[in-house]
Amino acid sequence: MNGKRNIFSAAWPPLLVFLAATALAEVLVRLFQVPIFLLPPPSAVLRFIADHPADLLTSLSITAEAALIGFFASALVGILLAIALSASNLVRRAFYPYAVFFQTVPIVAIAPLLMIWCGPGLTAVAISAFVVSVFPVIANTLAGLLSTDPALEDLFRLNGASAWSRLWKLRFPSATPNIVTGLRIAAGLAVIGTVVGEFLVGLLGTAEGLGVRIISAKKMGRTDELFADVLMASLLGLAMFAAVNLAGRLLLRHWHASEREETS
Amino acid sequence: MPGQADTTASPAASAAPVTLRDVRREFDGNVQALAGITLNVSPGEFVAILGPSGCGKSTLLRIVAGLDHPTSGSIGRGENFDTRSIAYVFQDAHLLPWRNVLRNVALPLELRGVGKTDRLEAAAQALEQVGLSDALRRYPSQLSGGMKMRVSLARALVVHPKLLLLDEPFAALDEITRQKLDQQLRDLWLAHRMTVLFVTHSTAEATFLADRAVALTRRPGKIVDDLRIDLPRSRDESLRSSPEFAAAGKRISDALRAGGA
Repeated sequence: MNGKRNIFSAAWPPLLVFLAATALAEVLVRLFQVPIFLLPPPSAVLRFIADHPADLLTSLSITAEAALIGFFASALVGILLAIALSASNLVRRAFYPYAVFFQTVPIVAIAPLLMIWCGPGLTAVAISAFVVSVFPVIANTLAGLLSTDPALEDLFRLNGASAWSRLWKLRFPSATPNIVTGLRIAAGLAVIGTVVGEFLVGLLGTAEGLGVRIISAKKMGRTDELFADVLMASLLGLAMFAAVNLAGRLLLRHWHASEREETS
Repeated sequence: MPGQADTTASPAASAAPVTLRDVRREFDGNVQALAGITLNVSPGEFVAILGPSGCGKSTLLRIVAGLDHPTSGSIGRGENFDTRSIAYVFQDAHLLPWRNVLRNVALPLELRGVGKTDRLEAAAQALEQVGLSDALRRYPSQLSGGMKMRVSLARALVVHPKLLLLDEPFAALDEITRQKLDQQLRDLWLAHRMTVLFVTHSTAEATFLADRAVALTRRPGKIVDDLRIDLPRSRDESLRSSPEFAAAGKRISDALRAGGA
């Protein structure tokens, strides 16, 4: 089908909103002569990006590395944990509350511990991304594994399917839409976890991720730089979200009716 | 079909008997679904089971399949019977959306450990029998409701069942599609001669398909009548407009009414 046109038709309305909002911000900031340390006009942010492309890209790539490691760790560990939790009612009742508890512990509280355990740097930041993003993967995968069509469970039972084939040929593929949903949420959270981790952990480190730059820009009152860093982090989150979305669409391309033919 | 003797229920080697003795089923909270069902089905018989909604027809079928167990009473399905001689067709097609038609039909054989070449060949044959040879590579999302149901039927036939259980399989389809599938199922039964239990709401469908109709009462389900349908062995659309067909249908309706439907 016309995939390119679809992407374009999906992209232009939000793009238009972005451009309009940016233009409006520019006009308002200039009109009311807002001091630059409070709110920089978008043009100042753009100028900063144009003047420091190499610095920003380096920081972006450092942050992206930690976010991707955290995300893939969440995907792998989250899916495996969900499979383990789905195996028995008792196991689920015993362990699931801890998974929920884990999610409610604020990352800001754990991050100093991570620094003590791993030292400042990539490991601590990636773990921070993992901690923040793993729960939605567990919860969604588990929900998918436990909501298999009962008729299909019967079909597998009648044909003498082993527990192993029930898992790999029925429950796991049935859970694909839920897994994709979980990963989509995790993609955005992994970036947030990375930046927060960099706030708290990366200060002493040598690698200047976006989070580190945001803190130092704040200290120096460079709001144009701060906005540029935030924009980079947002773009990273957006790109990861879009990649998961695309992968999900490929995986689920046969699931939904496309060209239904009314013949029988 | 070629070579088939026109005798009533000649016990084919590939068919299983079903014997229910005073089968009762109660669910939690004292909901009684079945109140003592006794029924003998000979190998190779085509029996329709009718009754009002919620009378326990589906429960009965699940018990015969071994997917549910009676609270009391016994069930027999012949010597050396195992559940893999059963094929079960559900109210909806219930196909795996991530598998194409051919691999959906091959699934039961795959679960039984049949090798890839053999199972795909058997699946292609089963699909030919339901007239879907040109749709092997399509995915369920690309099929109409009637086609999906035929895939589901092929998935049941692929294991050469001795006992075919169908739970209102065509209820969600439009009338014309439903009649076509009734015809196809009747022809398939004539060719294979497995035992068939077919749950339905429709007296016309029961009359067209079956040689025997069992009518149940309201819940808790009991057998109110057990009727022989004396219509020609080989049936086609013209039968539906004949007076014999109308008379047989009326007898079933009367039985259902007597049961409080």
